[in-house]
Amino acid sequence: MNLLNISGSPHVHSDESTKKIMWRVNMALIPALLVAIAYFGISALLISVISVLSCMLFQWLIEKYILKVPSTVCDGSAIVTGLLLAFNVPATASMMWIVVIGALVAIGVGKMAFGGLGKNPFNPALVGRVFLLISFPVQMTTWPDISKVQFFGLDTVTGPTPLGMLKERGAEALDNLPEVWDMFLGGIGGSFGEVSALAILLGTAFLLWKKVISWHIPVAFIGTAAIFSCILWLVNPIHVEAVDGVNQLVGYIDPLTTILTGGIMLGACFMATDMVTSPMAKSGQLIFGVGCGLLTVIIRTWGAYPEGVSFAILLMNSVTPLINRWCKPQRFAC
Amino acid sequence: MAKKAQSTLVNMLLSLTAIALVAAAALALMNAVTEEPIQVAKENKVKKAIADVLQQVDENGQVTESIKYETLKDTAVDVNGESVVCHIAYTADGEYAGAAVETSDPNGFGGPLKVMVGFDKDGNVYGYSILESNETPGLGAKAGDWFVKGGKGDIVSVEHARPLTVKKDGGDVDAITGSTITSRAFLRSVNKAYTNLQSVLNK
Amino acid sequence: MKAKDIIKNGLIKENPTWVLILGMCPTLATTTSAINGMMMGLATTFVLLMSNIVISLLKSVIPDKVRIPAFIVIIATFVTIVQMVMQAFMPDMYETLGLFIPLIVVNCIVLGRAEAFASKNSVGHSALDGLFMGLGFTWALTLLGMVRELLGTGCFFGISLIGGADGMLLMILPAGGFLCLGFLMALINHLRSRNVKKA
Repeated sequence: MNLLNISGSPHVHSDESTKKIMWRVNMALIPALLVAIAYFGISALLISVISVLSCMLFQWLIEKYILKVPSTVCDGSAIVTGLLLAFNVPATASMMWIVVIGALVAIGVGKMAFGGLGKNPFNPALVGRVFLLISFPVQMTTWPDISKVQFFGLDTVTGPTPLGMLKERGAEALDNLPEVWDMFLGGIGGSFGEVSALAILLGTAFLLWKKVISWHIPVAFIGTAAIFSCILWLVNPIHVEAVDGVNQLVGYIDPLTTILTGGIMLGACFMATDMVTSPMAKSGQLIFGVGCGLLTVIIRTWGAYPEGVSFAILLMNSVTPLINRWCKPQRFAC
Repeated sequence: MAKKAQSTLVNMLLSLTAIALVAAAALALMNAVTEEPIQVAKENKVKKAIADVLQQVDENGQVTESIKYETLKDTAVDVNGESVVCHIAYTADGEYAGAAVETSDPNGFGGPLKVMVGFDKDGNVYGYSILESNETPGLGAKAGDWFVKGGKGDIVSVEHARPLTVKKDGGDVDAITGSTITSRAFLRSVNKAYTNLQSVLNK
Repeated sequence: MKAKDIIKNGLIKENPTWVLILGMCPTLATTTSAINGMMMGLATTFVLLMSNIVISLLKSVIPDKVRIPAFIVIIATFVTIVQMVMQAFMPDMYETLGLFIPLIVVNCIVLGRAEAFASKNSVGHSALDGLFMGLGFTWALTLLGMVRELLGTGCFFGISLIGGADGMLLMILPAGGFLCLGFLMALINHLRSRNVKKA
């Protein structure tokens, strides 16, 4: 795949390599899935299975009955979409059916409506995720409380995400924030694939080693988010202040919390790097990553939603053709 | 087909003038016919909103109890450039019975939130209705029945500390799930209605 | 031209929404529920019918060079009449549709039919064209509103079918309007092209 990243088009594209790449991505997602199962119990596994199966089913149905083309279900891309979609929802019981709608939108609207893999301008999993977030705002922001989850149970005791707590500006949120170490290992509330930075980094290391992705987008994405939030934090660190006699949080979140909470890690490593929807040239990938990082922090800080990673990546997906125009890949390999 | 009028200056002037005159006459006529119903509809809307917040209804829409009043006195107060309209209700013998107060808060989730709040004579919230809002359907738009008597964030029959604030801000009102911003804007409007009504009554 | 063709044109063959793709602004903005879409369609139908009749009657006395301003004055008059009547007798619906009632003036369908049809055809045919173009617009808006309302809130003409649960909110937000319109248009054009092949 490295070849694709640095050489000029046209590329020789064989099913063989698509398949290989997709399976490697799937393997890279396994550590995060295991952590999710460990923290959220069997429901995380169930939701993942439902999501993957429905993505494959919808792809098969659409290819067979609407597009009438040979099926590409086996290339593994529907599995990647299904896993990423599942990673972006909370591990609660209602997600068992909501995720099916998400899979239909991800595959149907996000991918097949544009003609299938390789022709979609937006990351299908994120299309599905954002559709669900806007359509089912209550269910999509009802997070299971990690400390109360039983392994086989589907108890939905709700625990807020760190970003959610901070967004609501409750004064006690600051004391209740998880330790940085927990955020890194995975002891925080959230969508189930994004809780552990460590598991995601493990998967990413595998992808980098196998040269499925290059370091440009993740590093630019996370780095920009860290630097931008660091500047804001230095100007006005987050603290409790009495506003109109009520204690409220004012100021900006510190950079470490910024990059370890929410979906930045998952988004930067697995979703922004989707090779169909990100720029081809390395310089373009840097621009793409910087844009994602800036937009994420802007949406988190001043937007209505506590989390902005999905929106940021989708917005940058839409300018990918423009970036590709500015930054042509080098014609001769290096 | 009939012969078409030529595009001479005279023809153009004449035809346009004639059309404009007929149009103006038609509109003047329509205006005369609809002016009164439009006025009545507008007044009815305010009257209905006032009546709504000064009565309790059950699930079937039947009025179970209401604040009885004979006359309404309207007072507008100017608060930081926004006008707060108090419709103060008096009984037949001139006693203060309650009031309906129109207020708004500029910081709803989707823009300004305009509400009418009814108070009984002791200053307790008696009812409310959302007059104008751009809140998200399914989330903030639930404000219309979230805070009513028996609702999840009941501010009518449950005693609350004043000023009303959501639990996240240290108050004791349950915010609408997922819509703290709307809930805050709503409670700010109710608080504003209360303080302004008190200052009008104390004058 | 036969009356049957005019009716078929308005409802299906040259349907303003699905085929001519005119008047997209009210189509997307007012179809958050079936009833809103239907009322918007009917208001537009009235304007189309009346303006087509009047323009067809006056076609020989309006000089060519000033026909557009003349048409617009006539259309605007009827729009204002609709607006005042709705404000007086259906204040709730008027508030819901809001700005989109006065905006019928600039709806491409109305001026489009005046220019393309009413100014060239007899009064009877123009009236028929206005009525059925309007009804074509109405059924398109009603269908779009129905689908969006059903998916977005689980209601059918305001009657809840799923018992208090929420639907997919996105469908009654603007983004859902675009999605829904796109898929319905694809479906309807697919059905139309199948019919054409058969015939």
